[in-house]
Amino acid sequence: MSQQSIDLRGVSKSFGATRVLEDIDLSVKEGEFLSLVGMSGCGKSTLLRIIAGLEAPDRGSVFIGAADVTARDPSDRNLAMVFQSYALYPHMSVRQNIATPLRMRILTLPARLPLLGRLLAPTAVLAQIDTDVSKAAETLQITHLLDRKPGQLSGGQRQRVALARALVRQPAAFLMDEPLSNLDAKLRAHMRDELAALHRRLGATFIYVTHDQTEAMTMSDRIALMIDGRIEQLGTPDDLYQRPATLAVARFIGSPTINLLPAEADGEGRVTIAGQSTSILARPGPLTVGIRPEDLETGDEGLAAEVLRVETHGPDRFLTCALPTDRSTVTLRQGASARPARGDMLKLRIPPERAHLFGSDGQRVPARITGRVAA
Amino acid sequence: MTDAALTPAAPARGAIALPRGLIFVAPAVLLMLAIYILPIVVLTGFSITDYRLGALRWEFVGLQNFRAAFQDPVFVRALANTALYAVLVIPTGVFLALGIALLVQGRRHSRALWETAYFLPVTATLVAMATVWQFLLHPTLGPVNAAITWAGFDPVSFLGNPALLIPTLALIGIWQVLGFNMVLFLAGLTAIPNDLLDAARMDGARSPIDRFLTVTWPMLGPTTMFVIVTTSISAFKVFETVAVLTKGRSGSETLLYALYLEGFEYSNTGYAAALTLIFLAIVLVLSIGQTLRMDRRVHY
Amino acid sequence: MRRVLPHLILGLGAALMLLPFYWMILTSIRAPAEIFDVSLWPVPRDFSAVQNYGQAASTVPMARFMLNGVIVCGGILIVQVLTAVPAAYALAKLRFPGRRLLMALVIGALCIPMQALALPLFVGLARTNLLNTYFAQMMPFFLSVFAIFLFRQSFRSYPDEIIEAARMDGFSEMEICWRLVLRGSLPSLAAFSVFSVVAHWNDLYWPLIVVSDMAIAPPPLGMLFFSDVESGANYGALMAGAAMITAPMILCFLLARRSFIAGITMTGVK
Repeated sequence: MSQQSIDLRGVSKSFGATRVLEDIDLSVKEGEFLSLVGMSGCGKSTLLRIIAGLEAPDRGSVFIGAADVTARDPSDRNLAMVFQSYALYPHMSVRQNIATPLRMRILTLPARLPLLGRLLAPTAVLAQIDTDVSKAAETLQITHLLDRKPGQLSGGQRQRVALARALVRQPAAFLMDEPLSNLDAKLRAHMRDELAALHRRLGATFIYVTHDQTEAMTMSDRIALMIDGRIEQLGTPDDLYQRPATLAVARFIGSPTINLLPAEADGEGRVTIAGQSTSILARPGPLTVGIRPEDLETGDEGLAAEVLRVETHGPDRFLTCALPTDRSTVTLRQGASARPARGDMLKLRIPPERAHLFGSDGQRVPARITGRVAA
Repeated sequence: MTDAALTPAAPARGAIALPRGLIFVAPAVLLMLAIYILPIVVLTGFSITDYRLGALRWEFVGLQNFRAAFQDPVFVRALANTALYAVLVIPTGVFLALGIALLVQGRRHSRALWETAYFLPVTATLVAMATVWQFLLHPTLGPVNAAITWAGFDPVSFLGNPALLIPTLALIGIWQVLGFNMVLFLAGLTAIPNDLLDAARMDGARSPIDRFLTVTWPMLGPTTMFVIVTTSISAFKVFETVAVLTKGRSGSETLLYALYLEGFEYSNTGYAAALTLIFLAIVLVLSIGQTLRMDRRVHY
Repeated sequence: MRRVLPHLILGLGAALMLLPFYWMILTSIRAPAEIFDVSLWPVPRDFSAVQNYGQAASTVPMARFMLNGVIVCGGILIVQVLTAVPAAYALAKLRFPGRRLLMALVIGALCIPMQALALPLFVGLARTNLLNTYFAQMMPFFLSVFAIFLFRQSFRSYPDEIIEAARMDGFSEMEICWRLVLRGSLPSLAAFSVFSVVAHWNDLYWPLIVVSDMAIAPPPLGMLFFSDVESGANYGALMAGAAMITAPMILCFLLARRSFIAGITMTGVK
């Protein structure tokens, strides 16, 4: 029931003169947890609202399962949404909040009126609604809160109520708009686990909007990274991390950010990084090389670098080093056993198979590795 | 800095803050005594005497003035007129304003225009506008009756027919209060988070009526309460239109106008003081709950 | 249709709301002979604005009424601000004995309409021979409990740290109140000023009680006087007078719509 695929075909949207979404194609599989990630203003929330039906696309269509729902009202799409602000009805108790989607769908307008409704609504239906509400509350462990008002709840509890309201009526898919961003760091990590568990348990389709790459990386089956109204890359978290399709993706994913160094491939395709020749072959021209902090190695030869700062993060140390060549800095990650100090001189080696090459247009450039060449 | 260095400063600050606060509030306190407290005491005193302004002798009459008030046909009529006026003005002035606010709120480009148009009567000097209304509603010279006769009806003597006097005053009262209430409702509507309306749509509130009943109306609760209270208080204070248009003729006195006549035209100070206390009691009943809630505003 | 309908309804309503203003202006530029012409056609056959406005201004001292209005409203506003700001500051930021009592009095006084105090104040002014003075017109309004309440709300959000830093820097408490804290509440001050001026410019009740000398009458009383004198005789001049009386507030409103609405609906923060 809660497993419908969602397809977007050629969706575009502008607000006035601003293009917010440009020709988006996206297929979300049944039961998939897909994250839309990007900086604020990249169009991810608009895209979610278009799927929800709260916003109409200028062009393109939205499919739920096989049905084209582009022209349908949000209430007819059978989707549930969790808002960043939770959007709980402040004047209703938690119980009434969770019951609202059911009452709206099952009861007629007169039966929903405050006093008259009690006389008009069939008792069996009301009992069923009650049972469903209790079940949803149990799932999220908020049974003891059912008679409170949202104003009396903590952020985490409101979050659970919002989730309960979403799952009370087996929707075709769950849409979540930055649902964890109003929680403190510790609770956020906890709710991340719970959301992932909930997804596994329900087997439902989740579309999850976030600006936080950690949330996306830890929970998603697939991630669609959006930049300036386009999907820059769609793939598994590993794909995005290990094989970023563009320089922008490489920059966005990963913390600390990837190190970027100027490079060049000569006429024969031999790549020189920051003046150091390597065993990498690529198409001739200027390049940017990306190397993750954990992939940089230290040794007896390679790029000379001076340690500027050492940050200890328990198991890891992050070293910020200055490259004398162009005064840029790189970050490298070392185990806690290493004992570097500020001012130490290091030699940095870039393992060729770990280097990500990008052309001047920002696109990934395929690379080959020859036999090892003397540095 | 050590604790020792800070300690001497603490009592000193307490010591200077004490008289300083009193100096700051002194002018306000003196004015409060002169304008509010003393007059209320004097008013209460007057109300149990037969004092007339300028009279040399006066006597205590106990609650006689209050008993007289409720046997005074003029005052009872004024009370009834004011109640009728309030009954006409409050529901129309509140719910019409809500309707206008709902319509205005949806207009993105023309909102300022409509706001201005509906708010203009609030800023206009009512005494002058009442004169304009008198002319507008004139049985032979005014365009309103011209329109009525053009539509095939007999001209209506809005300010001649005694039965129509209070409804006519109420019409002008509604005209004046609509813009004010509209702006209050607009403020209330703007405070409703858009997410809630979106959530209601996702939850299946398909029609605007459904969304209004699920979100807008309950969220407007405090605003509506406030608008009703302010509208009722201003309805019970209706005076300008009476003073300009009817001067209380044909039994059209309102509470405040009757009070004005007794106190300042006829100089029945003691009796007028009793009427004033009755008027004050009505206004207090209407406003006290609202005012007490002001400090801890209703927040869900 | 769904797009046009709201505009249509609003337009119709707005036309009704504005009809009195339109009729006022139209009649004020028409010749007295056109009085029987009930058409709404905007161009008069005989343009008589000069004559009508001239007559209104010569029958009664219109300019004098305006000046009186400015004096009374200005005087009231200045004293209100001078007394309310320090009191509000003390209530918001200082500790002193009787603070809670004073706050309770302020809130209680908010419920009491001016009309309820008129009788004893009138008797007091009559006994001291102060009727028919500017002072009598302004006196009951010198203390605005609403201003105290409003400024206190606004001052309370001013950070205590800045006040403490200012004390350390040697500012006097008066300087802190007027130069720092009030500076942070200028929108409230502006809105209250609008509220106060509009309320007293348009007030009729109190001037009617204490003023019988037309030389110090404020605009509404002047208008009442004028309409009694002129009643029925010359609608053109009467409407010209009404237009002159209403013009200042309406012009201010059209020029500063936002702060005007904020000011008049200040009561909405209650």
